[in-house]
Amino acid sequence: MSLWELANSDCIVVMGSNMAENHPVGFRFVVQAKDRGATIIHVDPRFTRTSALADIYAPIRSGSDIAFLNGIIRYILVNNAWFRDFVLPYTNIATIIDPRFADTSEAEGLFSGWDEETKSYKQDSWQYKGELMPSPLAEHHVPTDMPFVTHAKRMSKQPHPEDRTLQHPNCVYQIMLRHFDRYTPEMVEAATGCPQATFLRVCESLVRNSGRERTGAFCYAVGWTHHSVGVQIIRAASIIQGLLGNVGRRGAGILALRGHCSIQGSTDIPTLYDMLPTYLPQPSVDQPHRTLKDFLAVETVPTGWWHNFPKYMVSLLRAWYGDAATKSNEWGYGYLPKLTGDHSQQTTTLMMADGVVKGLFVLGQNPVVGAVNTTVVQRGMAKLDWMVVRDFAMTETAEFWKAGTLVRSGEMTPSDIGTEVFYLPSAMAAEKDGTLTNTNRLVQWHDKVCEAPGDSRSDLWFMYHLGRRLKEMAAKRNDERDAALRALTWDYPVRGDEAEPDPEAVLREINGYTWPQRIQIGSYQELKDDGSTACGGWLYSGIFPSADHNQSRARIPDAPDGPQTHLGWAFAWPSNRRELYNRASADPDGKPWSERKRLVWWDEAEGKWKGDDVPDFVETKRPDFRPDWSKSPSGMDAISGTEPFIMIPDGKLSLFVPSGLPDGPLPAHYEPVESPVRNPFYAQQDNPGLKRWPHPGNEYHEVGDPRFPHILTTFRLTELHCGGIATRAMPHTAELQPELFVEIPRELAETLDVSTRDWVVLSTLRGEIEARAMVTDRLRPFAVNGHRVFQIGIPWVFGWEGYARGDSANVLLSMSGDPSTSMHTTKAATCNLRKGRTAPAASA
Amino acid sequence: MQVHARARDYPQSQFGGVLPHEAELTAGVRIQPGRSYGFFTDTTRCIGCKACEVACKEWNNLPADNVGLTGMSYDNTGALSANTWRHVAFVEKIAGPGGGPAEMPPYQSQWLMMSDLCKHCHNPPCLEACPTGALFKTEFDTVVVQQDICNGCGYCVPACPFGVVELSETDGKAHKCTLCYDRLKGGLEPACAKSCPTDSIQFGEIADLQSRAAERVEQLHGLGVASAYLYGAPGSPGATGDLGHLNAFFLLTDAPEVYNLPRAPTRASNRVRPSLATGLATMAGFALAAIALLGRRA
Repeated sequence: MSLWELANSDCIVVMGSNMAENHPVGFRFVVQAKDRGATIIHVDPRFTRTSALADIYAPIRSGSDIAFLNGIIRYILVNNAWFRDFVLPYTNIATIIDPRFADTSEAEGLFSGWDEETKSYKQDSWQYKGELMPSPLAEHHVPTDMPFVTHAKRMSKQPHPEDRTLQHPNCVYQIMLRHFDRYTPEMVEAATGCPQATFLRVCESLVRNSGRERTGAFCYAVGWTHHSVGVQIIRAASIIQGLLGNVGRRGAGILALRGHCSIQGSTDIPTLYDMLPTYLPQPSVDQPHRTLKDFLAVETVPTGWWHNFPKYMVSLLRAWYGDAATKSNEWGYGYLPKLTGDHSQQTTTLMMADGVVKGLFVLGQNPVVGAVNTTVVQRGMAKLDWMVVRDFAMTETAEFWKAGTLVRSGEMTPSDIGTEVFYLPSAMAAEKDGTLTNTNRLVQWHDKVCEAPGDSRSDLWFMYHLGRRLKEMAAKRNDERDAALRALTWDYPVRGDEAEPDPEAVLREINGYTWPQRIQIGSYQELKDDGSTACGGWLYSGIFPSADHNQSRARIPDAPDGPQTHLGWAFAWPSNRRELYNRASADPDGKPWSERKRLVWWDEAEGKWKGDDVPDFVETKRPDFRPDWSKSPSGMDAISGTEPFIMIPDGKLSLFVPSGLPDGPLPAHYEPVESPVRNPFYAQQDNPGLKRWPHPGNEYHEVGDPRFPHILTTFRLTELHCGGIATRAMPHTAELQPELFVEIPRELAETLDVSTRDWVVLSTLRGEIEARAMVTDRLRPFAVNGHRVFQIGIPWVFGWEGYARGDSANVLLSMSGDPSTSMHTTKAATCNLRKGRTAPAASA
Repeated sequence: MQVHARARDYPQSQFGGVLPHEAELTAGVRIQPGRSYGFFTDTTRCIGCKACEVACKEWNNLPADNVGLTGMSYDNTGALSANTWRHVAFVEKIAGPGGGPAEMPPYQSQWLMMSDLCKHCHNPPCLEACPTGALFKTEFDTVVVQQDICNGCGYCVPACPFGVVELSETDGKAHKCTLCYDRLKGGLEPACAKSCPTDSIQFGEIADLQSRAAERVEQLHGLGVASAYLYGAPGSPGATGDLGHLNAFFLLTDAPEVYNLPRAPTRASNRVRPSLATGLATMAGFALAAIALLGRRA
């Protein structure tokens, strides 16, 4: 949903985010919603500047989000508060699941299919009865015993098994009743520490503000994703919004608060290791991906929109390899590197420490401050042959060999470190042309305001000229392993004395054009799988629909009396659509659920979908369209006129996820990697699929280790942006948060005889840091499962460079990964706290 | 999301120059000499982001000072000064363990944040105290120190009942908020108000702001915030002691003292006559006593 759409919400739950502090501009629309009478709820371990403006503040201890959200789901189910007219046709609540499925409630916290040997799930028993559903995520392939391709094809053979009376014992509704049954308000209080009365007020507010006339929204950020169960927390929220009918509608949805430094853009045209641009899967050696034919066979979904995958894949290869892509070489598919495992940041860091990775480019990142377990990060860097750091000011990463943790602790001296570090000054956003992609997929062009000083250059300049030089080397050497480099098209025009590549040329390629004429295409519907089109990112098609039309530059807002979807303002992918799945804003017959929440509707006279937004549906597909199963329909022909969720193979919102999530089809509460308490719900303590990386220096705390009794969460500050350096090096922002501090609840501070501004030491098995104490009532002790636990919080954005300084809190954290995303845990660890300062060697 | 109709006149991401009457687009007001302008700072909308502080220092080219952790909640600015013309105060009011912040009245009741600045009094005492005429009322009804005329005598400093004006350690002259006099002349909204993401700081014509503020108080009362009131609007706390109203006025939800504001500020000049009389009487008394003593001796 759009940030500005929040103004139309009747209830906004901010959870897993400190929105007012870290997204202050977006919070403008929360304040506007509040003016219109919306209820604002903040669920968080810390009372923050967001809580200060909320109507309800619900304190929960870090890492108990799923217990809280599952409690809401149970409340909705047992009180029959779900939006039946929406849920029955639009979600898979009635779908019948494989009879072999067993829930966590039967097996002490594990779902059926667990393989103790591989420590992973086989997903056969989670499937729809008699079918195998490909995942709607980037990797469509699902780990099953059944042969994937043959079974997946059955999706086109028959209507999906369902029981709309919801009586079948293995329909999703019945499974959910059993699964969520134990998340009672009493258990929510025991697990989260949130008083029952507050929890129930949250439930009531959400329910009261949902239905035909009213809608609610969730806003989250890294307070949800930086957990061992991050993906499942978001899943729990999707179930709530699905049950309440808060998807695809005005003022409704789940808003991932991202967008700092174009982080949405870096997922779309990704810096992620396991995806090709705009969410195409990266081939892997572990999958049947040897040839393009094999790859397309297993990754093409038989039903739904993703059935178009081959068109997007072949067009991407054409864009990258140009004339070197031919039908006989499978459009250059063989040039693509294949995944050999988890190559995420944390595993790469450990491979540096193990001496496997020899060189590192650091662009737009400051891992010595921002990555977890920064001591191990620095040990890894110390073993590199070379490291290139590009930033606008000197960062801790570029200076680790001189002033880093290793040097200060006496573990190493600069002369022990052989890494050759190249520091290259980079241009900031205002010093270059380009785009920023906002959290609501809104791609906005920005023009250069001034020249970057000195030798500073844009990242685009650096990547382009690096590629150009590598290609020149490859051309000279004529080595076979350089074939992919030689095949790469790299013909962006450059301009000016600095030979700056034209960023609009890059955007034209991302949009896509015909090949070889290079005539811009207007939409991804024009892409083909025969090599006649090239497209760098299918979802962005339409952003540059003709040679001189850069839609991301457009700045025409709706008039004050207009629909307020602002379709003339920049470009939102896909197809300049503002609200995904907006077919769901109309009832099954195609009429808006209510005038108040009207967005798109079926116009019978014109025979097409119309509305204030670009409809997210086949434009002329009638609401009464039904697939003709006798013809084995594929793609969108297998999606009926009442199934809005066209990226999902059955067109329905997945309350129960049969495929794609390695840690279960429904969210279950597991304790964080480190917790002072045992799991109150199951014998299974933590996420069974959790990625652990035991390594010297990356030791984990056992459950309830008395040496580390407190719960630690890290956070950011409005005043210091991202990794901090851009603001710590600026006097005007540095003076606003000039020094590291740690927030300590009053009761704990009194026990330790600590007052505000006293020095305290925080320690874990990974390391220790010192900070000034900030004693506050904004943090409160929690009663969890009969234990009294203290929650403390520390900002992680400090380092030794710039004016605002302090130890890096990430020294304290361990490396571990969410099973789906390999994301680290920064929001729930355990630690020790004592009065005093670190040992002299460490503070020298 | 409301946008000004004129916003549709600029359909591209890049402008050729400064937009005419830009404040009309950003604040809905056209700035014209001869009218009264000011700020309505609504603390119930403040999220304490301090964008106003940064925007103020950036635009006015004020140096950073006071680098250090104060320990006073998230306020590391401390106070208004010669180099700091916007200051966001933070007041933590959260009940301790046991009570807990779970049950709360709506609208920023547990952690108060308020962006303070020069009040631009209708009858500014600083101006009265200024012997050189450096302090003056502009054509926008705001109060500004002319730096080329100020002689650094410092009389304005104790004259200000809010403790706003300060002499700079750098040039020895008095400095304070100009309500972005230069921006107003160019048709631009003041930097702090323009940067405020939640419209806690609203810039506009005083009469318009005052009626907007009165409506807001009524709205908040309706929403259960009985404690909301205006500070510095005509007839309200802050607008006392012949200051008239304040052109920079506030909506508060707790006592003025909680925000470090005087409940009933006064003009120093009102105290001149009585203190002069007292002084003269004392002098006369001493003189009489002296005459009596000396006369007797003679």
